[in-house]
Amino acid sequence: MPPKLPNVEVRQLSSSSETTTPVVDLEREQMLEAIKLSLGDALVDSHLKPGDDLWIRVSPDSWLGSVQKLRDQHSFDYFGFLSAIDWMPSPYGRGEDDPTEPAPVRDMTIRSGYAGGDTRMQVFIRLVNSKTHFGITVKVDVADSAPSVESLITIFAGANWHERETHEMFGIDFVGHNDLRNMYLPVDFEGHPLRKDFPLLARMVKPWPGIIDVEPLPGGDEEDSAQSKNSDAS
Amino acid sequence: MTMLGDRQQLSYIASQAADARLNLELETEGMTLNIGPQHPATHGTLRIIARLDGEQVVWAEPACGYMHRGYEKLTEVRTFPQVTTLVNRIDWLGSFANEVPFILAAEKLMGVEAPTRAQYIRTILFELSRIANVSLFLGDLGVQLGAITPVFLAFRDREYVLNLIESATGGRFHPNFDRIGGLKDDLPAGWIDETRAVMKKLRGFCDQIEDLLFGNEIFQSRTRGIGVIPRDVALQYGLSGANLRASGVDWDLRRDQNLPMVWNKADWKVWTHPDGDSFARCWVRLQETRESTKIVDQLLGAIPSGPVMAKVPKIIKVPEGEAWVSTENPLGEMGYYVVSRGDLGPFRVKIRSASFNNISITPWLLRGVYVPDIVTILASLYFILGDIDR
Repeated sequence: MPPKLPNVEVRQLSSSSETTTPVVDLEREQMLEAIKLSLGDALVDSHLKPGDDLWIRVSPDSWLGSVQKLRDQHSFDYFGFLSAIDWMPSPYGRGEDDPTEPAPVRDMTIRSGYAGGDTRMQVFIRLVNSKTHFGITVKVDVADSAPSVESLITIFAGANWHERETHEMFGIDFVGHNDLRNMYLPVDFEGHPLRKDFPLLARMVKPWPGIIDVEPLPGGDEEDSAQSKNSDAS
Repeated sequence: MTMLGDRQQLSYIASQAADARLNLELETEGMTLNIGPQHPATHGTLRIIARLDGEQVVWAEPACGYMHRGYEKLTEVRTFPQVTTLVNRIDWLGSFANEVPFILAAEKLMGVEAPTRAQYIRTILFELSRIANVSLFLGDLGVQLGAITPVFLAFRDREYVLNLIESATGGRFHPNFDRIGGLKDDLPAGWIDETRAVMKKLRGFCDQIEDLLFGNEIFQSRTRGIGVIPRDVALQYGLSGANLRASGVDWDLRRDQNLPMVWNKADWKVWTHPDGDSFARCWVRLQETRESTKIVDQLLGAIPSGPVMAKVPKIIKVPEGEAWVSTENPLGEMGYYVVSRGDLGPFRVKIRSASFNNISITPWLLRGVYVPDIVTILASLYFILGDIDR
């Protein structure tokens, strides 16, 4: 459900009077054209939000080479971060199910975000051009069985810790990184906490109190509280 | 540039080989020095394992995770407004600054913009949290290098700023004041004049620290030329904030980014330093604190009247989409990659904290330095444990 749009005092970020952001973002479009030319088939998909940001998705085989090209040919020389997303909706929802009720039916279809995706999990990095300050988000699919992707430590030394963190949190293997020790978790920790099918134990052992104390807000009008119940149910 | 990866691997090999080599040539033994997790020089619970060859570090590595709280997982079971409570505790010395990029990301996805008055107050509070954060750094710096006096000055003057933040937001350390669409409340009466007076005091504090510490010969000899980070390496490791600017990169997200905040309404300067050593990092931070007081001063006189909250629905559902917003926080670039599925809460939030990147350079940086310089380098990199571990 789209949010109820407020009546006044709302301006779209892209058409704000103070910023002169054009609806057509020529600089980013040119950047994308240049990237398309140099990456060729390695570029699977792209998404451009004018005045905001640029997303591209590269093929898994060309991950290392594509990032190398982005750094060397397009001057994306600043390493922002590396992480992953698990696109599978959580089977536990937001951990607010009433344990006395039968488990609710959830839509478990996997939908990817910007620039698409064919797999459950994706690795993504954020690179920035340190001169023009334009940033880019680069995504890559990782296979569902034995998720692995090439390591970037030979291109960006800073990827080292980020890959270790992603390895322990998502169970994604980084080929070429020979020191994938746990960054945060104990050595004998089992499971990969940021995967969506890893339950948040605190919510499992004790039901979330939010499901019990649903009271109308003090001074809140009837219409709003009725609305909140409806939107919770939807 | 590919050498860096190799160099790291070589350092591991070197540490393994250290014993054998030393025994043969010098009849000395390598030694493993464990600093922390509880150590005054570590700002919390960072543990550093250093392999020593006499007084020199052969290989050193921080061990993180003593304060890992799993915020990225926790955001997935919270609603959007609830997340600010969590992110407040990432960098606990500059809490308000942590809330801003997350709120901006949510606002970007919703297509909402805060009213101008709220943008001004946000920017002012943002800079106040920077002043509170960095003034403690300036005092703490002295303690780590053996000078006790600066820390008393820092704690005294930071208190003025914390009082201001408390009187405006209700919380000294965790304001939780930022809302999607604006701010929780307007400023209290008399706050603006009070803030002006405090900014004057803080500028005095900066002058004092510059005289006491930066002009001190011992301080200079302990920091100049220690822990030099070249420009290329800084960019590769994703260093940010003063650490990056001290390596000669002229990049400040407050100036070089188009955000619905009002830094561009004030006249201020981005300081850089060509040296890239510990002294440069500390010096840049001192100048930035001074610039922050100037920003606050100028914005205080320009706050427009009007509401502090845009009209947003009571139950906030953020439309489907992905957004990345980062701001120049006291410690460096702090950003949130927010993925929403049109639900009450975020689908995934990647928290890019400054200290994680800043401290990831230490295995590279600490190689070959002397033991007392470990503390200098860590102090000058300036990290907050909550910001590393999240």
